[in-house]
Amino acid sequence: MSKNITELDLSTLVEKIGKKEISAEKVTAEFKSQIEKLNTRINAFITVSDDCLSQAKEIDRRLANGEKVGRLAGAPIAIKDMFCTKGLRTTAASKMLRNFVPTYSATVVERLRAEGAIVMGKTNQDEFAMGSSNETSHFGACRNPWNFDYVPGGSSGGSAAAVSARMSCAAVGTDTGGSIRQPANFCHLVGVKPTYGRVSRYGIVAFASSLDQAGPMTRTVRDAALILEVISGHDEKDTTSATKDVPKWSENLSAQLRGMKIGMPVEYFNHGIADDVRATVMRAADILKAQGAELVELSLPLTKFAVPIYYLIATCEASSNLARYDGVRYGHRADFSKQAAADLEEFYSRNRGEGFGSEVKRRIVLGTYALSSGYYDAYYKKACQVRRLLRQDFIEAFKKCDVILSPASPTPAFKIGERIDNPLEMYLNDIYTTSANLAGIPGMSVPAGFSHNKLPIGVQFLAAHFEEQKMLNAAFAIEQNLKLTAEVPYAIQ
Amino acid sequence: MINVQSVAHLARLTLSSDEEKAFEAQLSSIVQHFSEVEAVNTANVEPLITPTDITLVFREDKKLAVQTAEEAMKNAPERSGNLFKVPPVV
Repeated sequence: MSKNITELDLSTLVEKIGKKEISAEKVTAEFKSQIEKLNTRINAFITVSDDCLSQAKEIDRRLANGEKVGRLAGAPIAIKDMFCTKGLRTTAASKMLRNFVPTYSATVVERLRAEGAIVMGKTNQDEFAMGSSNETSHFGACRNPWNFDYVPGGSSGGSAAAVSARMSCAAVGTDTGGSIRQPANFCHLVGVKPTYGRVSRYGIVAFASSLDQAGPMTRTVRDAALILEVISGHDEKDTTSATKDVPKWSENLSAQLRGMKIGMPVEYFNHGIADDVRATVMRAADILKAQGAELVELSLPLTKFAVPIYYLIATCEASSNLARYDGVRYGHRADFSKQAAADLEEFYSRNRGEGFGSEVKRRIVLGTYALSSGYYDAYYKKACQVRRLLRQDFIEAFKKCDVILSPASPTPAFKIGERIDNPLEMYLNDIYTTSANLAGIPGMSVPAGFSHNKLPIGVQFLAAHFEEQKMLNAAFAIEQNLKLTAEVPYAIQ
Repeated sequence: MINVQSVAHLARLTLSSDEEKAFEAQLSSIVQHFSEVEAVNTANVEPLITPTDITLVFREDKKLAVQTAEEAMKNAPERSGNLFKVPPVV
């Protein structure tokens, strides 16, 4: 084998395994040894599957017997610890769920397994996906494979680090306000948040139900499109999952953009954007133009309100969703042997007070406050009204363009510890990503360059509801022109 | 100013005194940041809850084998047979 197995992308690996050029077992063993070599330093995985090799052997056995194997047969995939995995610990990176072993799997996981994917393990993240740096994990911070002093982004930081450090060939994450796109951006990956409803949320630990979507994190656009095809589609276990047909995105990729209109909202280039990031986006715009696209300037005047209304809505929904963790049927139970609880309320309060970390508690308090009697109209209702206007802005914008090009975040990755003491500053990092969740539209980030200090920089594409193909094609054009997919993180070379 | 202690009580959440103090300042600045939104005219705007149009799909009301009582009890912090056990609270 001329090229190291772990350097191959998912589509190539699946093809080689299907042709029996390499065994699924050999592929899984290579990625597993990378986990053994690097995980203590990077902390990408919370739990590693102990049966990944036997999953792979099963694929080889079926191939040897001439049985049908799926579209992802033998592909080692990392699963964010927000997805329930039957028999495999699922923690949401919280002390609350540190011993929780689900009795069923999320639909996303079932669909991946049904197509032959190998579940390598459960990846680190911010606790309950609340954070933009992976620093709020009960299991410790995760490191960026491009530079260990920097965060991998969040909340799907472990998923991004795992793929970037070649511990798996792809991962799935969840994105409530940018949690797939921002870490993909920080770790030189493709990350896709599909249209709200594309992917079933069944079996995913709920954070903010009207914003949460699952999606792929990969090294190439084609791989992302392929995984998205597998995990999308209606699921009778999730009433919000869309009944629309799932297109063959991976087969319809095209870098030829003639006739495509690319919108660039003036508000996205106003302030607080790092020079390296601006230059990277502008270079991407030039490439799209050279591929035949037309650039269109447009305005999304409500952009500055996206972060505040996002944090309001997300915390309100979280305070309600996380009310289920009371320490009775599962989850953390405080020690009452020395000091008994005076009443049932104290029993709940102590279980929850010990089980949740500070960021989660901060958000529960904010959400509870905003939903409390006398404040509901001024906060939650107001935020939901502005949300409708914001979505309308996007619907109007997509009458003038096919996709929107923007930065994925205002700066490249920041240092571990740099922003953790200032929640508001951390929240403002999500300025370009939260709008897509609020409007329900698809968004993705794709690698587009590096900063002066050699940290990855991506660009973001947004498209109208259910128009994933358009943004995938724009991203594909960037990928084909820049040819950066083979870049290996410096810190692991 | 948010009365963190009383809100934490509504959420059934014990906070350390350090958390209480930190949250008070942090939440005030976050709420302050939100106050900018007041400027947006939302007269006669229907709140948006679910961002895509949903077709409600019904399935047959059939009995399914989901999980056994033993499986459902597996993650219990404390149990007595097939009952979830909690310490006495009176």
